[in-house]
Formats: sequence, C-alpha cells, structure tokens
Amino acid sequence: MPKWFIPAAAVCFLMFMISPVLIANAPYEATMGLVQKIFYYHVPSAMTFFVAAVVCGVNSWRFLFGKNVNADRLANSAAELAVVFGAITLVTGPLWARKSWGVWWQWDVRLTSSLMMWMIFIAYLLVRKYGGPGAEKLSAGLALFGMANVPFVYVSVNYWRTIHPTTNVVPTLPVSMGLPFWFCLAAFLLLFTLLLQLRVRLERQRAAVDSLYLALED
Amino acid sequence: MIDFEELAVEDVSRHFGRRKALSKITFTARAGSILGLLGPNGAGKSTLLAILGTLLLPTSGRVRYGTHADASADLRARIGMLGHDLYLYPELTARENLAFFAALYGDADPGGAADRALARASLAERANDPVASFSRGMRQRVALERALIHGPRLLLLDEPFTGLDEASVAALLARLRDLKTQGAIVVLATHDLDVAEGLFDRAVFIRDGRMMEAVTGSEALRATYRAVMTKAK
Amino acid sequence: MSGFLRVAWIVLRKDLTVEVRSREVVYTTLFFAVSCVLVFAFALVKEGRALEDAAAGILWIAIAFAGTLALGRTFERERQSETLRALLLAPADRPAIYVGKLAGIVALLLAAEAILVPLIALLFQAAGLLAQPLWLIAVLVTGTLGYCAVGTLFAAMLVRARSRDVLLPVLLYPITIPVIIAGVRGTAALLEPAPDLPMVRFWVSLLVAFDAVFITLALWTFEPLMTE
Repeated sequence: MPKWFIPAAAVCFLMFMISPVLIANAPYEATMGLVQKIFYYHVPSAMTFFVAAVVCGVNSWRFLFGKNVNADRLANSAAELAVVFGAITLVTGPLWARKSWGVWWQWDVRLTSSLMMWMIFIAYLLVRKYGGPGAEKLSAGLALFGMANVPFVYVSVNYWRTIHPTTNVVPTLPVSMGLPFWFCLAAFLLLFTLLLQLRVRLERQRAAVDSLYLALED
Repeated sequence: MIDFEELAVEDVSRHFGRRKALSKITFTARAGSILGLLGPNGAGKSTLLAILGTLLLPTSGRVRYGTHADASADLRARIGMLGHDLYLYPELTARENLAFFAALYGDADPGGAADRALARASLAERANDPVASFSRGMRQRVALERALIHGPRLLLLDEPFTGLDEASVAALLARLRDLKTQGAIVVLATHDLDVAEGLFDRAVFIRDGRMMEAVTGSEALRATYRAVMTKAK
Repeated sequence: MSGFLRVAWIVLRKDLTVEVRSREVVYTTLFFAVSCVLVFAFALVKEGRALEDAAAGILWIAIAFAGTLALGRTFERERQSETLRALLLAPADRPAIYVGKLAGIVALLLAAEAILVPLIALLFQAAGLLAQPLWLIAVLVTGTLGYCAVGTLFAAMLVRARSRDVLLPVLLYPITIPVIIAGVRGTAALLEPAPDLPMVRFWVSLLVAFDAVFITLALWTFEPLMTE
C-alpha cells in the first residue's frame, strides 16, 4: 500500500463524520426547507459519478491506443465505482424529488441521461464478465463511446425545459451553503480515490497470480 | 511493395488469460520451401498460423518477415491464408468471390484476375455458380485461388486436407509443389501426416503449445511424428 | 483517399450483391419491423385512438429493434465462413471496411423506413408524418446513420465475443438513447398540428453532431478494436 493511503483514509473517515455537523449548521434553502440538505450528498456523488466516468473513459483510450495494461485496470475499477456512485446519485435524487417535487421520478432528459450513463457502466461490467476472451477491448470501446456521450447529455440540459434545477446553481451558492457543499465534494472525491487505489491494487495482484500460473507451466 | 525471403519466428508465446496457447516457438522458413506444422488437435497450430498471418499479436517474442517485423498493410499484401473455414461467401459465385478479393487486394483488373484463377483451378465452367453449390473439394480449390490471387510470398494453410477426396488431395499437393518452385514460403498445419508425407522440406512438431521437435528431411519425419503424437504428457 | 472510398464501395457492393441473392436479411428485417409496429398498435391503441406521440415513438422503436436484428444477422453471415477474417487479412484500410458495412446497413434500414412510415401514418392516423417530407427525411437519415454508426462498430467487434447476441443490445441501446430521443422528439415535433420547425431543426442539428462525433470515433477505434 502506498504511504499516503492510511492517512488519507483516516482523513476521509473524519470528513464523513464531520459532514453531518456542517450540513446541519448550513442555512435552510428558501423554498425547500430541510429536505434540500440531501443536496450536499446528492450533488457531490453525482459529480464523483461523472469523475469516475471520465477516468474510465480516459483510461479506456489509453488502453486501446497505448496498449497500456495498467490503464485497463484503472478503467475497470473506475467503471465499478461509477456504478456505485451512480447508484448513490440515483437513489438520493428520487428521495429528494419525492419531497420537493412530489414525484419519485421525472422523465426529463438529465435524469434519463444520468440513468443511461449509469447503464452504460453496468453494460461495461456485463461485457467484461460475459464477453469471453478479448472482452477488455470491447468494454474499452464501450467506455469511449459512453464518454463521448457526456457532452450530449450536458447540452440537452440547457436546451430542454425541465423542473430539474439548472446547472448554474453551484457557482452562485452563498458561502454559508458553499462551505459544506465543497467539503462534502472533497470528501466524496477522496473516497473515490481511495476506493480506486484499492481496486486497482486488487487487479494488479490478480494479474500477478496469472503470470505466476503461466510461469509455472514453463 | 515489400518482399522477403525468410520467415523467422523468434520465441513466440501467446496466452489467453491463464491459458498458455503457445510457448516459445522458434523456427525459420526460407523462400521456396514447404514447412509443416504438425501436432494433435488443440496443440496451438491455428493460433500460431493466426499470429503468422498478423491476425493475432504474440504476447511475447516476434515474427520477422525478412527485415520487417511490424504488421502493415504492405506486409499483409504479401501474405495469403487458407483457413479451415475457407473464407468464401456462399451466396456469391466463384467468379464474384475471386473478383471481390482481387479488387480488395488492389488489383486493377479484378475480373481478369478472377478468370485466370478459375482457369488455373480448372473451374472455368462453374464460374457463375454460387459457391454454396460446390462440393468441398471444389470450394477448396476456389478458396486456394482466393488465397493466392494477389501473388503472396507467404502462404498459410490450416488443415487443408480435411474432407478432400484423393483426386483433390493430389491436385492440392501438385499446386503446392508448383508454388514452392516459384519461390513461395508455404506453412501448412495438419494433424494428419499420411496425406502430406513427402511434401515437407521441414517440419515443426507442436504439442500443448510447446515446440517438441524441428525436423528436416522426410525420413526422420515419420519416426518423429509417431514419437510426438503418442508421447505421454 | 480514393483507395479508402474504393474499398468501402467494393465492400458495399459485395454486401448488396449477397443480400440481393439471398434476400434473407431484407425480408426478415422488414417483416419484423412491421410485426413490431402491429404489436405496438395492439398494445397502445385504446378505443380506436392512439396515445399521443405514439406514432413517433413506435417508428423509432421499430427502427431500433429492426436495426439490432439486421446488424446481428449481417455480421453473423461474416462469421460463418470467417470471411471477416479474410477482410482483415487484406491490405485494405480497416476503417474503409467499416464504412462499406455501415453504408449497407443504413441502406437496408432506410428501405425499411420507407415502408414503416406510410404504415405508421396509416395505423396511427399520423398523416402529419408525410406533410413535411424533407424534414422527415432529414430526421430519419441522421438518426439512422447515428444508430448504425455505433451499431456497426459494436456488432463487428462482438463477432469474436461470447454471448454476442445478447451483448449487442446491451451495448447498443444505452449509447444510442440520445439518437432515439432526438429522433422521436424530432418526429413528434413534425407531427404537431402546427409543425414546430425550429425544434425539428434543433434535433436534426443535434443528430448531425452526434453522427459526426461517433462516426469519427468509430473510424479511429475500428482498427484497435478489431485486432487482438
């Protein structure tokens, strides 16, 4: 394990322990009241989901074109984390929606597109599991296409009438709300990095076992 | 256009996950010779042929075609392959199949090339029949012409004798000997030596992905073949 | 460049010839698309009236399903005699092979759409579909092209994979949802009592952008994805 791992894990744990305090002390939002506070976990997890997606996409590119095997391990781990953080987003979102909009689900494009992106990463994992030999390349191709879809998702938000808050909320947050938000975002991103490191390490060890098997046969 | 006189396989290994398909295969073949890849089913012969045909990359080691080691379009233009599945479109006629591949390989006159190939295979009268209606032997002849239509330096054959009657086998053997005289490098994989004995200048025996023996000359071939094929693991 | 287009044309011509001889994919795809529409008719028409926007949605679902079928069959054919291997053995530019195959499948789907559109207009009282033929064609062509661009690449790379029949939809549908959305909304905009042309224009431009991005991406990645 790299030296920074344990201290970082400790920091991350502390951050998540502190976050409810920060969130409770943040001011209430004008229209939505208490329920709005789920935003402090929902939006960071959505952002982490996107970060995971981009990490997966970039490393899929490096794997396909640079033939870098470690990039493939990173991509696989990032895809798994994308599914995890996407799931958190897709659960916290409806919880918030039910209370503030009155419906569990709304078929507007951003929700639909987040769901679609999430499904792309589930498809990535399915291909890796059931695609047989050579599935690493297939899933890398899928991830690239998935990443290329992200701008289309983003564009459709700005051009489509939706009851989802528009993307411009974050920069205009008042400091009292901004602090807990950025704190939670940092906590989520740190958690993502830690989990990614753990997962990639597992893949490296698997590859080492495989090469031991191969060396045994010689 | 690139060309080469020698095919050199250097320490080629290939694994799929934990399964080692090929392990440190090394041999050379010169222009104007026929090399046999002999071994039981599942030995790795098809994998090796795929690597030689640039369809598969080795996980270690390399293949050298003369001075060239990288698979490029120019290199592929000098390689012809006859796989077990023949690579022919059953709905197209013999002539159409040949003309398609001739055009794909950049021939300026694909129709003419197809006609000449059909003449060489003595199939001119069946030129306009769909390949699906041909017998195995006839399809094999068309497939062989398809593999040779661009005049490759290296010809790879995977179990070409399967399902052929005596006449077709004799025709194939004669054609291969012609190619050898013309200076081609022929690599032929088979598990059945009875048919091809006397054809090979050299033979490499492969078993479980490993190279067991490399033999030159036909007398030693029969003895080594028996030894390798019946050897306990 | 001429070599590239020449190879694409040869592959396309070969595909069309094979298809004309056997007509298997054309007949089965068309029949499937029509049955698809009929199933939706029975499912969604209540008391003789179709659900709002049903026509647009059904058209694109039928295209998506029929497309998946056509893609699967076309590449299954290449797998049978391992002819895809022969294509990859040739010194021809690999992306050119992709373009040739893409053109063939797009042509097939457009032919299917030529039959589906009148059929849907008839069954769902959606005569508005035919009122702005040029815009409809724009939506159909850009949408079909986007769908098939992704589909051809995935179907080609799945030829050697296990579970390829089920993996094609698993891979294809999530990625092409923007195409379906744009196609359906664009078609629906044409179906409104007063066709919303600016909206149609927007969706068509989105589709054009999608096509440009994904065809380029497919051309870049075809070679690394097809080599082992």
